[in-house]
Amino acid sequence: MTRNPFTGAEAVAVGVEVDHVFKEFDGGQDVLRNVSLRVEPGEIFVIMGPSGSGKSVLLRQIAGLDTPTSGRVLVDGLDPALEETRAKVRLALVFQAGALFNSLSVYDNLALYPREHRLGNEAAIRAKVTHALKILSVEDAAEKFPSELSGGMKKRVAIARALVMEPQLLLYDEPTSELDPVMSATITEIIATLKNEYSVTSVVVTHDRELALTIGNRIAILMDGEILLIATPDELRASKDPRITDFLNPVIDIQHPRFKKLETQATT
Amino acid sequence: MKQLNAIFEGVGSVVQLFLRSASYAGSLPRQWSRFIEQCYLIGYTTLPIVAILSFFIGTVLALEAGYAMEGFGAKEFIGSLVGLSMARELGPMMTAVLLAGRVGSAITAELASMTVYQEIDALKTMNIQAAKILVLPRLAAVLVMMPVLIVIANIVGWFGGSVVARYVSYVGISPEAYFAALRHFTKFKDVINGVEKAEVFGFVVVLVCCDIGLNTRGGPREIGAAVTRAVVVSLILILVLDYFVTKILL
Repeated sequence: MTRNPFTGAEAVAVGVEVDHVFKEFDGGQDVLRNVSLRVEPGEIFVIMGPSGSGKSVLLRQIAGLDTPTSGRVLVDGLDPALEETRAKVRLALVFQAGALFNSLSVYDNLALYPREHRLGNEAAIRAKVTHALKILSVEDAAEKFPSELSGGMKKRVAIARALVMEPQLLLYDEPTSELDPVMSATITEIIATLKNEYSVTSVVVTHDRELALTIGNRIAILMDGEILLIATPDELRASKDPRITDFLNPVIDIQHPRFKKLETQATT
Repeated sequence: MKQLNAIFEGVGSVVQLFLRSASYAGSLPRQWSRFIEQCYLIGYTTLPIVAILSFFIGTVLALEAGYAMEGFGAKEFIGSLVGLSMARELGPMMTAVLLAGRVGSAITAELASMTVYQEIDALKTMNIQAAKILVLPRLAAVLVMMPVLIVIANIVGWFGGSVVARYVSYVGISPEAYFAALRHFTKFKDVINGVEKAEVFGFVVVLVCCDIGLNTRGGPREIGAAVTRAVVVSLILILVLDYFVTKILL
């Protein structure tokens, strides 16, 4: 069971099942190849991998924003691409760039969901929005517009907007990308706090090693569209697979032939 | 063949968007502020340019008619020509062209930008339908504002014609004679036909521009391409529809 972040009342936790998913884009490019995984209710599941490995594409399938070429994705046993599913399961996605509504103030960004779904009167909505802004320490930005916010503030407002939805499943797409180390640590702390205090099922897509190892209950390594390994942070640290150790602990060797090649290209 | 497919896909997409928007018609009373905002954008901010354009269309019509009719002594009928042309054809068509260029392009730019920057995806995850909150208020607003714009366009255009009729020496007929001919030949039915035409044009322009905006794919560069496409498609549709609607209304 998860607890509602606002009322503290117990709510039914949801799990995610990704079953033999293939995703091919126009032009025959395979982005996901036979991806299967299961996210247990209430856990933080991290999908990690290098840029271009298909992490965000997989997250879009889980969010129901895109459908697999074959295979199936289920959220709480239902197809997330269907409108009826989103009406039953509260699913929130924190986009990489925030995806805040630029024509609305921060307050109205957060109030949009409860207003549209008529979740209480304006006073109740105000209380809910203010609470979410306070949790993320962005209450001073309520009257600002997204264009007036820094990258870190945008991320925090995006998380606050997701929280107002009282989500059963919270998806994060690269929550610490383009942030300085201090802000990355803050966001990491926020995600961990939300998990510890409210037990919302979370799926985090990232290539940030620190974030993944700090907050993940389990971590899936996705490379070239395939799941290489699903493990706990401790198992991952202990892994001897060179592809994983190279990814987790990259060593920059300027004597490597690829640098030589670049150098040659530059001089010619 | 590929282009034909694209046309059918486009038509299918526009029809789907219309049906989806229409299915949320019941939510319109709760979207009062969005509706008023769109009425302001579509109607009030377009009005000055519609008035200026209509005035000069009226003047040019009177000039051309005066020049042509002077030869066979029919200058008194200038008012009827300007009146009918404005009410039945030029008023609705030029207003729709302006709507496509000014409002349609802005709609496409806004929705394309929302699509490219994932705001539409964010709406989907919130289970809020773009057809409901972004398209429906615009469609309702254009249906309300087009008749207003057309009536004003007609009045200003007729007045423009009367100014030329009065002050250009080779035309030189009195405003009384001009308006008498206009009133005699331009019936209320002609004005209503023009309004009906404008409603069709305006509705199609807004629907197509919304659809193109919401179906924009790719990066920021595609926003510009989508706007160009929306305006071009709108202009073509206005001219094509003009023939069919005129044929039906005659």
